[in-house]
Amino acid sequence: MALTLMEGNEAIAWGARLAGCRFFAGYPITPATTVYNAMLRHLPPEGGVCMQGEDEIASIGFCLGASMADWKAMTATSGPGISLYSEQISFAIGSEIPVVIVDVQRLGPSTGSATKGADGDIQFLQWGNSGGLPVIVLAPVGVEDCIVLTMQAFNLAETYRCPVFIAANKEISMTRETVDLGAIHLPEIVQRRTADPETSFLPFGASNDRSAPDFLPIGGDRPVRQTSSTHGPDGYITTDPDVIARNQSRLQQKIIADVHSFTYFEEVTTPGADTLIIAYGITARAARTAAETLRETGAPASLLTLKTLWPVPEDLLRQKAADYDRIVVVEMNLGQYVREIQRVLPDKDIRFLGQMNGELIKPNQIREVVRHG
Amino acid sequence: MDSLLNHDRPPVFCPGCAHDRVVSALDKTFQKMGLKGEEVVIVSDIGCSGLFDTFFHTHAFHGLHGRALTYATGLKMARPDLHVVVTMGDGGLGIGGAHLLSTCRRNIDLTLLVLNNFNYGMTGGQCSSTTPPEAHVGSGFLNQLEKPIDVCQVAGAAGAAHLTRASAYDKGLPAMLEAALRYDGFALLDIWGVCPGRYTKRNKLSPQSIAAALGNLPPLDHFRGANDRQEYGQHYRETAGALPSTPPPERIEAINTPLTEGRREVVLLGSAGQRIVTAGELLCLAGASAGLHASQKNDYPITVLRGHSVSEVILSRDSIGFTGIDRPAVVLALAQEGVARRRQMLADLPEDALVVRAAGIDVPASRADIATFDFKAAGIREPDWALAALALMATRNATIDTAMLQSALDLRFRGNVRELAQGVVDKMIT
Repeated sequence: MALTLMEGNEAIAWGARLAGCRFFAGYPITPATTVYNAMLRHLPPEGGVCMQGEDEIASIGFCLGASMADWKAMTATSGPGISLYSEQISFAIGSEIPVVIVDVQRLGPSTGSATKGADGDIQFLQWGNSGGLPVIVLAPVGVEDCIVLTMQAFNLAETYRCPVFIAANKEISMTRETVDLGAIHLPEIVQRRTADPETSFLPFGASNDRSAPDFLPIGGDRPVRQTSSTHGPDGYITTDPDVIARNQSRLQQKIIADVHSFTYFEEVTTPGADTLIIAYGITARAARTAAETLRETGAPASLLTLKTLWPVPEDLLRQKAADYDRIVVVEMNLGQYVREIQRVLPDKDIRFLGQMNGELIKPNQIREVVRHG
Repeated sequence: MDSLLNHDRPPVFCPGCAHDRVVSALDKTFQKMGLKGEEVVIVSDIGCSGLFDTFFHTHAFHGLHGRALTYATGLKMARPDLHVVVTMGDGGLGIGGAHLLSTCRRNIDLTLLVLNNFNYGMTGGQCSSTTPPEAHVGSGFLNQLEKPIDVCQVAGAAGAAHLTRASAYDKGLPAMLEAALRYDGFALLDIWGVCPGRYTKRNKLSPQSIAAALGNLPPLDHFRGANDRQEYGQHYRETAGALPSTPPPERIEAINTPLTEGRREVVLLGSAGQRIVTAGELLCLAGASAGLHASQKNDYPITVLRGHSVSEVILSRDSIGFTGIDRPAVVLALAQEGVARRRQMLADLPEDALVVRAAGIDVPASRADIATFDFKAAGIREPDWALAALALMATRNATIDTAMLQSALDLRFRGNVRELAQGVVDKMIT
């Protein structure tokens, strides 16, 4: 075993490089800045590009342009920057532009606290776009996840041609920890599916109602159209309600219907437990410590750590919760993802522990809720 | 060469719209230059100028209002051989002003056509950033209060070299477009025209008055001399190509024997300038050199060289769950600012905890063993106190030993810095 000491943001950058990211643009913002710093070291010497946009809107705009030229692209910011990304995120969703967006969450609302952690953007990441169509959100628990999930994020962005978020947190991104890089199972790299050059090409012509269209790059041998306007398969404006409805449904179904193939999670199953703790991100670590120490207390609990947050892995939740009467949801906000748990598991006794004061939720706080509800 | 006009989608501007003229001139330019559709991308945004991309059989990228230059920049960086033509109106100019200034400063090889008709045609003729104060527009009196911008002067001041003011009715427009497209850097054409649907219903503007007004504007030639320089993308690739590749993350072999199996928490309480974060990293490296997992969580204000600096380090044989501090084994109290941030933690310390206290630092009473050391009297500079305190820990076999600390120094420092750090440690150990 040989350990490597790295912070979460360095691990995200390393994961991006392993995934074949060639383009990064960002605007410096604590606690995401070190992703940009690392990408500036990684990409330019390899023939890639790392740029500092004049603002967040430009940064993600550069990424969308580069992505349509067939370069894997990533950007990183925090809550105030995600707010500025919003209209570009909507564009990437509706016009099927692959991009990986790292949100290193910090305590909000608004500019909030630059160096305090939170998981306050969890609903915003899904719903902070106009049109309300699904996105993919992955939540790392530590440095290893920062590498693996960032690679998965690129794979998913390429497969489904959509924005994929890494919902990090200052407490993961700016915390250094050791990881055994040799022991990590790295995913296979997925490339964008390109259109057959022999057939006629429609830029938004998907092969079925549940898949992303095959891709040809802007700048390639055949003129390609990209547009933020409501379009038909040919990439021109359409007002035909049937064509519009079919496309919107496809944008939804290509992601929702396939969530089972990218439902990432971990679990700690404790025999005799009647309580299931559900957590994600940095809080899942305190929950793990709590679950391990609760074994000796006579109030054992199991733990489900969600790493795919959106689309909500509903089948997984129903399956994993089946054997438990009581669910304890823990998150670093005042109650965001617990809404999804309540929606999916309406018959369970669901307790909630939330905290939004810039401090980590401690294992003892979780133990108290498990023991005394 | 053939026309690149999209014959399936003929232009659909309002009758008499100046944009028709520009579409035609642009097509003539493409033909003259012998460009094929796949060699050109038209990047457009919202408004009537945003219809341009549909009228040509080229690559097309139609995006959000005011953001066309951002997509164009990403495209050009990824595809340097592509001719990138950006169209925007005076609306996109106003909303995307920051992008325009930065594009001028970069001098990236894009050709920007500002289709300037002095109002927002598509939304009802409201005032834009170029509307004259005396014009009658859909924004009531508001335009009377604002000064219109001369985009070429703004762009020149921001660093653009190739600037052209043109009338959409000028027969020389294709030649001007060609010169802009051939310019190796950012080129901007401010193309004035009539919006018959909105603007000229209430305002007098004609090809003749446009020509006269353009003739009265200050010249732009000096910007060419002042701003002509290497194109951004070439400059980028040239500079980046000379940079060394960044190696993969370093792997630390476990060459030492750990002192403990269980979780050990160490809290470093200091002030900015005491290299607290570096000392925390050294502790992690010391642990890793003995095969221990490590985590480090820091707390400091955004200012440099002022305020507290706190580092929380955990070493453990098992992988680390909770990264916060639960039960500290060692606390280094090196500055009052850091101590003030963790008073309660210090007061609650258990009796098996060790506090290494710099002489003169006031620490709350607790059951812990407090070891006081006068770093100043020992001739150690304050920026080295944290490193010296690690050496003290090592001599007491508190969480780390001297072999682990030595490995950390070897991993972290090189050259002169390493010698200086070694000097501090040697002074404490011998």
